[in-house]
Amino acid sequence: MQRFEFLGRFSRNRGALVGACLILVVALLAVFASLLFPTDPLRIVGMPELWPGEDPDFPLGTDSLGRDILAMIVHGARATLLIGLFASAVATLIGVSVGATAGYFGGWVDEIAMRAAELFQTIPNLIFVLTIVVILGSTLTNIVIAIGIVSWTPIARMTRAEFLSLRDREFVQACRSMGMGDFRIILTEILPNALPPVIVLSSLVVAGAILFESAVSFLGLGDPNVASWGRLVGDGRQLIRSSWYICAIPGIAIMITVLCLNLVGDGLNDALNPKLRDR
Amino acid sequence: MSLLALKDVRVHFNTAAGVVRAVSGVSLDLAVGETLGLVGESGCGKSTLGKAIMKLVPVAAGEIVVEGTNIAPLQGAALSEMRRKVQMIFQDPYGSLNPRSTVGRSISQPMVLAGWTQGAIDERLETLLGWVGLPSDARQRYPHEFSGGQRQRIGIARALALSPKLIICDEPVSALDVSVRAQVINLLEDLKSQFGVSYLFISHDLSVVEHIADRVAVMYLGTLVEVGARDQIWRNPQHPYTKALLAAAPIANPKLARARQRTVLQGELPSPLNPPAGCPFHSRCPIAQDRCKEERPVLRPVASGAQAACHFV
Repeated sequence: MQRFEFLGRFSRNRGALVGACLILVVALLAVFASLLFPTDPLRIVGMPELWPGEDPDFPLGTDSLGRDILAMIVHGARATLLIGLFASAVATLIGVSVGATAGYFGGWVDEIAMRAAELFQTIPNLIFVLTIVVILGSTLTNIVIAIGIVSWTPIARMTRAEFLSLRDREFVQACRSMGMGDFRIILTEILPNALPPVIVLSSLVVAGAILFESAVSFLGLGDPNVASWGRLVGDGRQLIRSSWYICAIPGIAIMITVLCLNLVGDGLNDALNPKLRDR
Repeated sequence: MSLLALKDVRVHFNTAAGVVRAVSGVSLDLAVGETLGLVGESGCGKSTLGKAIMKLVPVAAGEIVVEGTNIAPLQGAALSEMRRKVQMIFQDPYGSLNPRSTVGRSISQPMVLAGWTQGAIDERLETLLGWVGLPSDARQRYPHEFSGGQRQRIGIARALALSPKLIICDEPVSALDVSVRAQVINLLEDLKSQFGVSYLFISHDLSVVEHIADRVAVMYLGTLVEVGARDQIWRNPQHPYTKALLAAAPIANPKLARARQRTVLQGELPSPLNPPAGCPFHSRCPIAQDRCKEERPVLRPVASGAQAACHFV
């Protein structure tokens, strides 16, 4: 019952619905990439620098080495989405833990946690990601961790704000008066109530993470074994004056995906934000 | 032995502006099966006193003795044991239930924490819902599906779960419609006669307190100014503050209302940040004299049989 209500509110926002459908298409492509293009996407299959439409076998053309761009895009979707999701998961985990602790306990715990968050916020994000990747090495895991480390602060702030407003509510006092432990109160009582705005923010962090990863790959610091969209853009940058489509096609894929994720985030916000609910 | 004995309980809050003495030295007894009404205007510290008994706010000094055990210094497991004897009903029926928990989950929480088995909890849940007059399918539903009065009854069921000896009712009917108030009050009275539970009934609504309380304690600026049996307080108030408080209560009969003598208090409740020296009430008292500004009166027996804290009664 409640679930249908939620879907109804979500689909009232047309943009969010379109966004969700496109994300679903991208996700399906990513899942079934090996079925659609069973051969290695990084194999040379035709003439180099075929423009889109020039050869019906390669609808999106080929790159400077003669690799099928469509196959690379479909396979790249997997890497790009996974990086986005995991980076967002890392950021949410750190952000919610820090924010919940700070907001619930307050006092000096809050002071320390929020000063730490500010410290992270003062460092320019991209520079920070690059620094971590350069220090730890260019593997997929390290890139995910690096993006998570720079993206947790807004989630921590949001979680803290929710906890501040919820921790003195009477249902929390009731739990405290029963002798429920702090950890249990945080996890089972406050967190479910604090989560909706955090979920919205996490969905936006996925989009941000995809952009970060693209930037890192474009600069040539991405994982050399993973053909993410950012890497495709980076690979095409030498030929940008003659065969600009090599950069443009994965760029458009990134743009559409990030746009859709933002639309979905807005839709989730409308659907989950109790202030907008019509009562 | 009294069920609950407070000895010089003090609650202080450190704020940016200084120390707020929300409760400054309250001593009180509550017998088994008794309903004690705690009245006073907003901000006098009556809710804070209730929360101090539940250990929801830190107690700065004094003893809170429940059945012979001082719970003020207790922590952890020893405290959990005592918590089963004292439970609380909250003011706001919309805020006192977790909106994302089913009613069944909310009511069974105290039992889960007490380590009951699922079977025992289910059985108890059924009984509790019956006592407070809710359908048994209520347990799968969420709080927002219920009215204010029903939610308050859910809160009462939760408070009753572990068969407490004492229930602290913090303004339990203030947020309810007048028509629903009577239902909840009657439910509380029924439960009392059935299970012999005692209530500390905190309220600013004098008509409700007059109806339910056996004894009444009047609080002003963190201290008790008068304590006595309900009829002693209502028929023959001694302390000037009690007189003013009772005189301010509305009377339904306009003839009686016009006939009565009115003492209207001047000024506002002084800030507990900076309470007046001597008698806390002297700044607004119609019979205050120089002595009141210096010497703090203590509760002592007065002519009506009650106890009052005033130099001149």
